Amino acid sequence: MKKNLLFFYIGFFVVFMILGLLLPEWMRYILTVALCKSFVVLGIVLLMRNGLVSFGHALYFAFSAYSIAFASRLLGITDVFLLLVIGLISGAAISYLIGLLVSRYREIYFAMITMAFSMAFYGVLVKAYRVTGGTDGLHIPTPTILGIVLSPADWRLLNYYLALVVLAIAVFLLVRLVDSPFGFLIKAVKQNEIRVSYLGGVVNKVVLQTFVISGALSGLGGALITFNLGHIDPHLSYWTVSGEFVFIALFSGIGNIYAAIGGAIIIEFVRTYAFKYAPYTWQMILGIIMLVVIMYSPGGLWEIIQRIGKRYFTRGASTGGLKDG
Amino acid sequence: MELKVDRIIIILMDGVLYASWIFLVAIGLTLIFGVMRILNIAHGSLYSFGAYVSAVFVLAYFRQGLWPPAVFIVIIMAAILTGFIVGPLMERLVLQRMYRKEISLQLLTTYALFLILEDVMKLIFGTSPFYAYEPLFLVGTFQTGGITYPRYYLIIMLVAIVCGLLLWLFMKKSAIGKQVVSVIHDPEISQIMGLNLPKIYVITFSIGASLAAMGGAFTAPILVVVPGLSVEVIVISFAVVVIGGLGSLGGAALGALIVGVVRAAAVHYLPVMELFTIYIVMALILLIKPLGLFPMEEARKI
Repeated sequence: MKKNLLFFYIGFFVVFMILGLLLPEWMRYILTVALCKSFVVLGIVLLMRNGLVSFGHALYFAFSAYSIAFASRLLGITDVFLLLVIGLISGAAISYLIGLLVSRYREIYFAMITMAFSMAFYGVLVKAYRVTGGTDGLHIPTPTILGIVLSPADWRLLNYYLALVVLAIAVFLLVRLVDSPFGFLIKAVKQNEIRVSYLGGVVNKVVLQTFVISGALSGLGGALITFNLGHIDPHLSYWTVSGEFVFIALFSGIGNIYAAIGGAIIIEFVRTYAFKYAPYTWQMILGIIMLVVIMYSPGGLWEIIQRIGKRYFTRGASTGGLKDG
Repeated sequence: MELKVDRIIIILMDGVLYASWIFLVAIGLTLIFGVMRILNIAHGSLYSFGAYVSAVFVLAYFRQGLWPPAVFIVIIMAAILTGFIVGPLMERLVLQRMYRKEISLQLLTTYALFLILEDVMKLIFGTSPFYAYEPLFLVGTFQTGGITYPRYYLIIMLVAIVCGLLLWLFMKKSAIGKQVVSVIHDPEISQIMGLNLPKIYVITFSIGASLAAMGGAFTAPILVVVPGLSVEVIVISFAVVVIGGLGSLGGAALGALIVGVVRAAAVHYLPVMELFTIYIVMALILLIKPLGLFPMEEARKI
């Protein structure tokens, strides 16, 4: 990382560290949910840099959540770090299996087949109620940290910082990844697959690897949101949840990693307030925001920030390690 | 042995019924995709819009005490009206700006339309359920395999077959239909040859929308019309068109039959796996034929 980027990176997370202490509990709760979702959004952003849209990322999110639920309920594993690793591995494993089929597809087929798998999983979760609790979902006991049992309130505070630290690590690694030869290969696949294969790259393998990385990220997000909610239900795997992830990615713009986190937070708050003040029309409000963003700023929030940046600061703003979409 | 045959008849009956109405939704979806290259997530909303309008019309019609059998004309009118009002609105106001844009933007646009339409329907029709059973009781029942079925099921199947044939005739024989086919093959050349592309887009979209609404309008009497009907329909009809090959009308028919029968069999033998089996069958078919059973031909891009 370049020096000014490093400062930006540290500053970004320090602000969130302080926010965690200042904000009232309900706001911190929403912020935690948004941070958890931004893992999945980052995964989707990575795939979009590959030129692919997944409309089924809720699957990896939910699969990890249910893996954790079973690990803690059936195996009695309550240690938070162990559960986090389980979430990561289960997200990576299921996305590898599905990626084997899906990595052969592009464009609309890719989007539809990923969505089909997430809905298939949703169907199983709803119908196999003896195992999964059906639409009632499953309760997850509060995890312990190195053997220490915490009260739910303390736990939620800790979970915010846990999400933040894991996110900071993930962002650090992602920025490194995007600047690595593999990161350039991802971008090259979007621009021209045939040329990549003539240069000796194996396109489907690159797609599969990207897919697994984004699945692992979603797994982490699923694990952290499970800790936060304490209760999970099949809705986590629903296709509208995936749609929301894609929307956040597009709303933020795929050019910048931090924008994805900011976008996730904005949308989570918009959703909370829209749901509170317009219970029958909150979907419509989200839909209209979506249409306006798509029509007037298809590069998302990041494009708007860049436009403002260009107008007022001629030297240009930091790109957060990602130079273009 | 007797029992087994009965069961197969039941499964086939359920499967073909399900296939008929999902076919109506899926051919509209695949037609729109073929012409505009947009997979319309809001297509399921057109289906439930049709169901709502039809339920309202049917209830109003019977309240008037008019000649009962003419209710089927009312249902057809409801579907066409919905398709030709909501369809052009969607296409002109929103979708026409999205042609040849990035695929993620197109998908999200139709997803946004889906979210908006769901709430628009709640605002227009309220959230309480509609029961429009009269047409179902009007035509009586028949018996097969030891089970009594409403004759209305046969009407739905008939409607699916007639709509499929009409669409096929339209594409093969009528002037506009032939223009639509040429746009499917190559929009650029068609435009150079003097076709009015925006007009063709509007017509195709309205026809596709009316077909989805037709599916909704004719299934309204056998369902309780409530908010949220669209979701299952859209998810299943995606599977249908992907199995059949996006853009292929024959593929949609075969895909609908496969999905219908597989689903009916799953409901009878493995109810837990209902949605799952549909997608497993889809995955298996895609493993053998990566672009579905009847894919559209496309040149390799360099």
